[in-house]
Order: sequence, then structure tokens, then C-alpha cells
Amino acid sequence: MTVLLYLIPAMLAMGALALVAFMWALKSGQFDDLDGAAERILMDDDDRPAQPVAYPSPVAPPAAAASPPASTSG
Amino acid sequence: MASTRSLELVVPGMHCAGCIGKVERGLKALPGVTTARANLSTKRVTVAWDGDGLDQGRVVDAVRQLGFEATPFQAGAARERQREELRELVRALAVAAFASMNIMLLAVAVWAGLAEDMDVATRTMFYWIQAIIAIPTVAYSGRPFYRSALRALRAKSLNMDVPISLAVILTPLVSVMEVIREEEHAYFDGAVMLLFFLLIGRVLERVVRTEAWGAAENLLSLQATEAQLMEADGRVRSVPAAELAAGMTVLVAAGARVPADGTVAEGSSDIDLSLVTGESVPETAGVGTHVYAGTLNLTGPLTVTVTARPEDSLLADLIRLMEAAEQNRSRYVQVADRLSRIYAPAVHILAAVTFTGWLLLGQGWHDALMAAVAVLIITCPCALGLAMPVVQVTAIGRLLKMGIVVKAADALERLSSVDTLVFDKTGTLTVGQPALANRADIPDAQLALAAALARASRHPLSRAVVVAAASLPLPAALADVREQPGFGLEGQLDGQTVRLGSADWTGAPDTPVDGPHLWLRLGDAAPLLFTFHDRLREDAREVFARLKASGREVILLSGDRSAVVAQAAAELGVDRWLAEVKPADKAGVIARLSAEGHRVLMVGDGLNDAPALKAAQGSMSPASAADIAQRAADVVFQGAKLRPVEVTLSMARAAHRRAIENFGLAIGYNVIAVPLAMLGHVTPLIAAIAMSSSSIIVVINALGLKWRRL
Repeated sequence: MTVLLYLIPAMLAMGALALVAFMWALKSGQFDDLDGAAERILMDDDDRPAQPVAYPSPVAPPAAAASPPASTSG
Repeated sequence: MASTRSLELVVPGMHCAGCIGKVERGLKALPGVTTARANLSTKRVTVAWDGDGLDQGRVVDAVRQLGFEATPFQAGAARERQREELRELVRALAVAAFASMNIMLLAVAVWAGLAEDMDVATRTMFYWIQAIIAIPTVAYSGRPFYRSALRALRAKSLNMDVPISLAVILTPLVSVMEVIREEEHAYFDGAVMLLFFLLIGRVLERVVRTEAWGAAENLLSLQATEAQLMEADGRVRSVPAAELAAGMTVLVAAGARVPADGTVAEGSSDIDLSLVTGESVPETAGVGTHVYAGTLNLTGPLTVTVTARPEDSLLADLIRLMEAAEQNRSRYVQVADRLSRIYAPAVHILAAVTFTGWLLLGQGWHDALMAAVAVLIITCPCALGLAMPVVQVTAIGRLLKMGIVVKAADALERLSSVDTLVFDKTGTLTVGQPALANRADIPDAQLALAAALARASRHPLSRAVVVAAASLPLPAALADVREQPGFGLEGQLDGQTVRLGSADWTGAPDTPVDGPHLWLRLGDAAPLLFTFHDRLREDAREVFARLKASGREVILLSGDRSAVVAQAAAELGVDRWLAEVKPADKAGVIARLSAEGHRVLMVGDGLNDAPALKAAQGSMSPASAADIAQRAADVVFQGAKLRPVEVTLSMARAAHRRAIENFGLAIGYNVIAVPLAMLGHVTPLIAAIAMSSSSIIVVINALGLKWRRL
């Protein structure tokens, strides 16, 4: 029965891992557009995950890759 | 560094991967755009951009140029709160799912072990592990229920959540005591499973409501009017109508809606008042005429000064009427609430009776408490918690697919018992577009001539003439066509003046004519009369016939003139109709019908219908309805047909029947299970089987709605 000492914690850890993964997916908006996710697989161009866009008040996103490097001040 | 701005657009035309790609690529090609993300479920696109190279108008134009209809979406604080509530419920559900899976694994091991002589030390260890998972889960996932129960208790009433909370909190506590005493049974699995099932119901309910609200908000955003504001320096820019204030000057192009109440400062035109009064004949507007928000400017461009004193505006009157109507409406109590008023006290009484009964029989308080908790857990409305939500989700989801948006949570239930239908005429029964009525009296040549003139105008009567003459060859020699807004059209044919328009304009005899009409005059010939009537929705007659065959009373209630309403009533075979009804009287008629014991469904689209929509037990609006009517209505339907009214009623009835069946099933299950629990025969295994099987039966019964013929 000593095997239970490993198996039960292992079971709980795996379950918890799945829970954390789900919470992360929920928070990063992966369940916000289920219809869109089903269609996007048909698009040819590589599609990066959605940037988390703030809904009511915009947050400054990382600078676009195409923009020229900003001049350093000071 | 330039600031970052973002915008949410409603783009109802997106349907596939191709559309998403097109919109996103098109928007990303704009200067400064950092993110463009389409959401196919909500039909909205979020755009964020850096710098001043773009503004709202340019982004919207860019999407329109791609061939999609687009309007800015105004996000409300209420919506943000709804999203957050849904996320909290989903998080609670995820935790409960994780916990019930793991606890069930351990519990099954104990059940199997009990038969196989599992030693007490192992069993106790298994129970402790269950407790470690269950107690935090109950503390976290149960919060939505505790909050609701507390609210009810503070209001000195009982709702379904009170016994739920009690069972969910008491069960783990009692179980811990059991484990300490090394007893045979512990009920951690029961408590967590109960939470899991109940949360499924709550999440489903919330998802379908959020979805329906989103769809309703999209429809409203598409209706929103943009105002062309004229600045002091003469520049014109486009602003949302909500930002207008008294004293501002706006331009209203022909074919645009008037964005705010005001007086005409310049220009003359015809104004279509049908959304405001139900009147189907346009009114002439000149300098000084007062125009109302929501009315349609038909023929000439107008400059309108927005007037002060919004409390005097028509809208303010209507809002007062709506508030009064809502207060007078007899409060409808949902079946679930009515049931829980009996159910919640009954559960508590049963548990108390069990507890005292066991004590009186000389058993220890421990056994008595165990039996009482078993009663709470077994009666806990697991199936009841799912009975309504699953029915609602199936019914509302199916209606949404057909373009029928059910906004109010309890709308279907209220609609299920409707026995009297009251319809507004203009825009609700009719498509709001006139058609030529006396085609037989007009020679082809004259009709072709009128159509050649009418081509130049956006006036609905002109358009009707053009439609009527669609198959005729039009005279090519017509020259110098011009439109005199408010009067009519004029052109030259072979040196003769042709005029199409009002009696004044054509010099026709000033005899009163019923309904909308035009006169055509060629040179000095006698003017020829064209009369028009508003076309009924194409399936109106069949729908009315079927509604009446189903034994429901149908009444027409219109702000339009008697002659027009009488004609429509005759065409539809309706005996009861009222014409020239003012908005306040419309709500009064509904109130009187309700007082007589009728359960009234009001279907209307105009500003003037809004108070009546609020006063009725249930209400529906077409998606073309005025903003305020759409907000007042429980159900908004899209499309040019009237059949959605019939479909919604039939779905409401079916859903109600299923809900009642489900309640019956849930109660039947309790009748069997409760005596067992009171006698103390309910082991955790029996509780688990009873809960899951009753829930599954209820869900299957509700899903039947998905395939039902309507």
C-alpha cells in the first residue's frame, strides 16, 4: 500500500496542473471566441495569439516590430 | 511618444475564416495599427493604434471599404461587470470540477474498500485527503451561492440558495467530525458534486444571457445615429448623437435620421414620423419646424439647431410614461421563484423534523445531525438547479440562431401564457415602405413618365412609383429634373412641364384624399392621382390566421389614421382595432386589457410604442425598431417576416412545458429519496447515484427542445 504515498500526490499534482492550465487559458482569453478559433485554423498566414487588448481603458502595448527604434533620451 | 487608442467595432457580416482574415489584414495595413483582432462569436473587432494618423471615422471607413457593414461599439460598464461575473462563475466551476473528480476517485476507492475490508487507517487517510480538497473548494466555489443566500436573508426571505448554502457548508463540517470519530461514512464527495452540478446550471444560464445581451447590443449599435456636427468655423465632423448638446448645429442629409430634437434653421424637406407617431404619411418641414430625434429626413438636406430643455422633449415624456407603465405592471413571479417559496421552507422544516425526530427517539445528537444533513443534501435542488437553466439555454440558443434575440431572462416564461396579442401597425405589421395602391387606374405611359421623374428622388412615395414601373420602358426625353423638397418633382418633356407631387405643386383640386398620395400633371392636362398604401409583411396574413386559429385574441393598436388602420385590419381579418392612439393611451389600453385578466403580448417598433411595450406582460420589437423600443422589448427579432413572433410563442410554450416536466421529475425524485434520508438510509454512494441520475434525466429532457419542430 506504500505505493499510494506516491500515487495520490502524483494524482493530485496532475489534476492541479490541469486546473492551473485551464485558469491560465481562461485568463488569456482563449475561451472568448470559440467560433473564431474553429475558423482560424483555415487561415494560411501564421497567426499569433491575440494580444490581450484592454477593453475599457487602453494599456500601452509593446512597440510594434516595424516601428523604428525610439531615440534614447538623456 | 504618441498615445495608444483602441476601438471596438460591430461587424455583423463576418461569417468565416476568409472574412476574419480580410478584416484583420485590412486593418493592420492602416498606419499605426498595432492590433486588429476579430471575434467571430460576438461579431466584433478590436483595433488598437498608435499615433494621430488615425481616428474613429477612418477606422470605420476602412472596414466599410472592405465590404463589411461596421459601427463603433459603445461598451457599457454593465457589460464589463457581466463579463467579470461570468469569469468568476467559470473559475468556481473549474475548481469544483477538479475537486469533484479527485474526491470521487478517492471516494470510489473507499466504497470499493468498504466491501473488501479496507482497514480503518487507510480509510481515514483517504477521508482526510478528501477533506483537504473539499474544504477549500467549498469555501471558494460556493461563494456565488453564499452571496445570494445572504442577500435573501438580509431581505428577510428565503431563496433556493439558502438550503444549498446550508447543505454545502454543513456537510463537510459534519463529515470532518465523522472522520475524527472514525465513522464509516463521510460526505465530502456529495458536497462537492452538488456544487459542481449547480455551478454547471449557473454558468450555462449566464453564458446564454451574456450571448443574448451581446447580440442585442450589436443590434442597437447598428441603429445608433451619427450626427454631422457643424463647428463654429464651419467645419463639419461626425460625432455620436449622445454627445450633442443644446445650441449645437447639425446637418441632416436627405435619407439620414435626425440625431436629436431640434428646430429647423435652414432648408425644407419631408420628415418620416413613423417611428415616432406611427403615422405613415411624411410631414413637411421648413424653417422653424420642430423635428424629433429618430425621425427620418426624406427629401432635402436640413440644418437643425439642437434645442435645450431635454426634460420637455418627446423622449422625456415617453420615459416618464414608461416608468409609470413599469410600476403599474403586475409583477410576474417566475415559476422557479414560486416553487422556491414553497420548497426552501419545506426543506428546512423536513431537516428540522428529522433532527428532532431522531433526538426524540432517543438517538444521540450526532446521529440526528447526520440524518438531518442527509436530508438537506438529498433534497438539495441539484436537478432543480439544472431544470430551468438547461431548458433556457436550449430554447434561447435555438432562437438566437434564427435571429430572435431573447433579452430578458424570464421572457420566455412570461410569453408562454400569452393569450392576447396587440400589434402596432406601421413598421411592425408593415414593412414601413409604401406601395402603389391604384395601379389599375393609371395608364402605362403615365406611370412610366412618373417613374422617370421619381427616379431622381429618395422620397418613399417616389421609390414606390419606380418599383411599380419596374417592367415599363421609361421615356428618355425627360430633361431638367429637379426636386423641390416638401413639394415634389419637376421636369421638361418635349417642351411641356411635368410635375409630380402634392396637390399644391400640381394645381390639383384640393379634395381630401385618404392615405399617402401623389399627383402627376403633364402640361395643362388634368392631374392624375396616385394613391399608396403601406405594404404588409409578406407572411403577415398567414401568421395572423394561425395565431387566431390557436385561440389567441389579436388586436391592432396604431397611431395612424383610422382609414389606413381599418384597411390593414380588413386585409388581416382582424375585428378589433384602434386607430389614432396616443402613446399614453397605448399603455392605457394594455393596462386595461391586463386588468381584465388578459395576458398581453405587445409587438411594436416606434418610440410611441415603448410605454406599451413596458406595460405588457411580454413584448417584442423588430430589429428595425427605434432604439428606445428595442431597449424596452423583451425580445428583438430580425428579418422582414412576422413569423418570428409565432416561433417565439411556440418555443416559449414548449420551453415552459419542459421546465414544468423537469420540476415534476425533480420533485418525484425527492418524494422517493427524502424518506430514505429521513430514516438515515442514505449512504454517500446512494446520494451520489441519486444526484447524478436525476440531473442527467433532467438535462436529457431539456435537450429535447433542440430537435422539436416549431
